[in-house]
Amino acid sequence: MTTYTATEQKDTRSGFGAGLLELGRQNTDVVGLCADLTGSLKMNAFADEFPERFFQVGVAEANMIGLAAGMTIGGKIPFTGTFANFSTGRVYDQIRQSVAYSEKNVKICASHAGLTLGEDGATHQILEDLGLMKMLPNMTVINPCDFNQTKAATLAIANHHGPVYLRFGRPKVPNFTPADQKFEIGKALHLVEGTDVSIFATGHLVWKALKASEILAEKGIRAEVINIHTIKPLDTEAVIASVSKTKCVVTAEEHQRNGGLGDSIAQVLGRHFPAPIEMVAVDDQFGESGTPDQLLAKYGLDTPDVVQAAERAIGRK
Amino acid sequence: MLDVMPDIDRLEKLCSQVRRDIVRMVHAVSSGHPGGSLGCTDFLVTLYGEIMKHDPQNFSMDGIGEDVFFLSNGHISPVWYSVLSHEGYFDRSELATFRKLDSRLQGHPATEEGLPGVRMASGSLGQGLSVAVGAALTKRLNGDDRLVYSLHGDGELQEGQIWEAAMSAPHHKVDNLIATIDYNGRQIDGDVEDVMSLGNLRAKFDAFGWHTMEMDGNKVEAVYNTLTEARSHTGKGKPIVILMRTEMGQGVDFMMGTHKWHGVAPNNEQLENALSQLEETLGDY
Repeated sequence: MTTYTATEQKDTRSGFGAGLLELGRQNTDVVGLCADLTGSLKMNAFADEFPERFFQVGVAEANMIGLAAGMTIGGKIPFTGTFANFSTGRVYDQIRQSVAYSEKNVKICASHAGLTLGEDGATHQILEDLGLMKMLPNMTVINPCDFNQTKAATLAIANHHGPVYLRFGRPKVPNFTPADQKFEIGKALHLVEGTDVSIFATGHLVWKALKASEILAEKGIRAEVINIHTIKPLDTEAVIASVSKTKCVVTAEEHQRNGGLGDSIAQVLGRHFPAPIEMVAVDDQFGESGTPDQLLAKYGLDTPDVVQAAERAIGRK
Repeated sequence: MLDVMPDIDRLEKLCSQVRRDIVRMVHAVSSGHPGGSLGCTDFLVTLYGEIMKHDPQNFSMDGIGEDVFFLSNGHISPVWYSVLSHEGYFDRSELATFRKLDSRLQGHPATEEGLPGVRMASGSLGQGLSVAVGAALTKRLNGDDRLVYSLHGDGELQEGQIWEAAMSAPHHKVDNLIATIDYNGRQIDGDVEDVMSLGNLRAKFDAFGWHTMEMDGNKVEAVYNTLTEARSHTGKGKPIVILMRTEMGQGVDFMMGTHKWHGVAPNNEQLENALSQLEETLGDY
C-alpha cells in the first residue's frame, strides 16, 4: 500500500500566507483585508509587498465582510483574513446577504479552525464553521490538509469566480502533499487504495487517517483513504465509487458531527448507496484549553479513534 | 457636471408619478413599505435624474466609469424600482410583478434574478455602508474618479456595523463616497427617539471624521443643490454624509406624521384617496 512520510512540520496558515503572496504577484486584482490578525493569518508578507492592496480593518469583522463584498464591484478579488470563528459565526448574516446571496467574488480565509487552536479554548475553537458555510447557497467550502495543499488551494480559489470559504489552522502539522500539486476544486484525492473500508477525511484529520490506514494494514485491513479537501461541492462520484467497492465508511474531521463532512457523506450514501458509516468528529460539545494533541485525543479525533471507527464500520457490513 | 439648474418642474412631475407607482405597487400585493419610499422619492428621483452619471441601457455589475448607488435600507425597494424603471433600467410594466412569484422585483432588492440597477442585496439592515466604502476603495484602486452614493435609514443606524463602517471610511481616507441618511425620525415600532435615540447625529458623524451636511429631502431643489455641493467636497480626504430630513409618507396626507405606514399597504379605499392626492403625470404602469 501507499505510505506517506512528511519531511517537515508546517502550519496550514503559512500555506495560505505563501499562496496569497504569490497571488499578489500574479494578479493585481487580488486585495487582502484583515481584522487585526495579520501576523496570525500570515498575511504580513502580502501586506508588506502590496501595501496599497492590503486593508487593515481593525477588530470589526462585520465591516470587513461588507467592505470585501463592495470591493468586488469594480473587479477586485478580496481575500479576508481572521480566525474561523470570527470569519463565520460572528458575521453569518453579512456573509449570507452581502456575499452568498449577492454572489460576490469574496474569498473568506479562516485560520485557527477547530480544536487544534489549542490553549485559547472554546471561545475561539469553532467546530461549526463548515456546517454554517456549506448551508449557504452559492458558497464553496474548502478545508485543505497541509501547508502545500493550503497554498495550492489559495492559488486555485482566485481563479474560481464566486464566494469561497477556505478553512485552515494554527498548529504545525506534517506537510506531505506535493509542493507542485494542482488543486482542483471539488475533486477528491485518492491517497491510499483499499477494499475494506473507505475513510473520507478533511483538514488536519487527513494525516490521522493515513496513519490509521497503516495501523489497519498491519491488522490485515485494507483501508481506502480519500482526501476530501472540498466539502462543497462534494465529489459525489468519488464517494459512490469508493463505497461501491468497500461497502462501509468512516468520515474524519475536526468539526461537530452535526453539519460537518460526515453529514454530507451520509446524505450521499442515503440517496445513492446506503452503507454503514462511522463519524470521527466532535460529539455535540464545546472544546476547552489544552495542547492540540491533548485535545484531539480527548475529543476522539486521533489516529486510534479512526482505527476503531474503521473496525466498527467493517463490523456493521 | 453642468452648473445649470435642472428642470425642477420635470423632476417634480416625475416624483408625483413615482409616488403613484409606490402606492399602487404595495397595494397590488398588500405588502411592502410605502412610508420610507414616499419620503425618499425626491432624493432618488433627483439623484438618478440629475446627479449621477450612469448608463441604464448597459448596466454592468462593475460600474466602471460610472457613479454607483447602494440602497442600504432595502425595504424601500418600491421607490428604487420605480425610479430605476423610469430611468430606463427595465420596462415600467415590470413594476406590476413587484413581490410576486418569479419576479426580478423581490420584496427586498436582490442580484440573483439579475434586475438591472441592483448590485447588492439589501434588506437585513446595516450592511450597505460597508459595501459602499468597499466599492469606493475599489474605485480608488482602479483610478476611477466617479463616485459612490448610498442611502440608509435612520433606524438602521442602530446597527453596530454602521459604526464599524463609519469608523473605517475616514481611516482609509475614503473621499469618493456620499452617504445619505433618511432622517425621518420614525421606524417600525415608533419614533426613533423613543425606540433607540440617535443623540446628536451630526456630532457623531463629525466625531467619526466625516464631512457632515444636512438637507431638506422633500424639496427637489434643495436636494439638487445639496448633492451638488456635496460633490464639491469629494476628493478632499473625507467621506461625506448628508443628514436628510424627510417626512415618512410624504405626499399622501394620511400616511404622514406617523410611523404606522412604515410597512403597511393601503386598502382599496385608501389607495383611491392616495392617488387622488398624486397627479398622474407620466401615465401609470
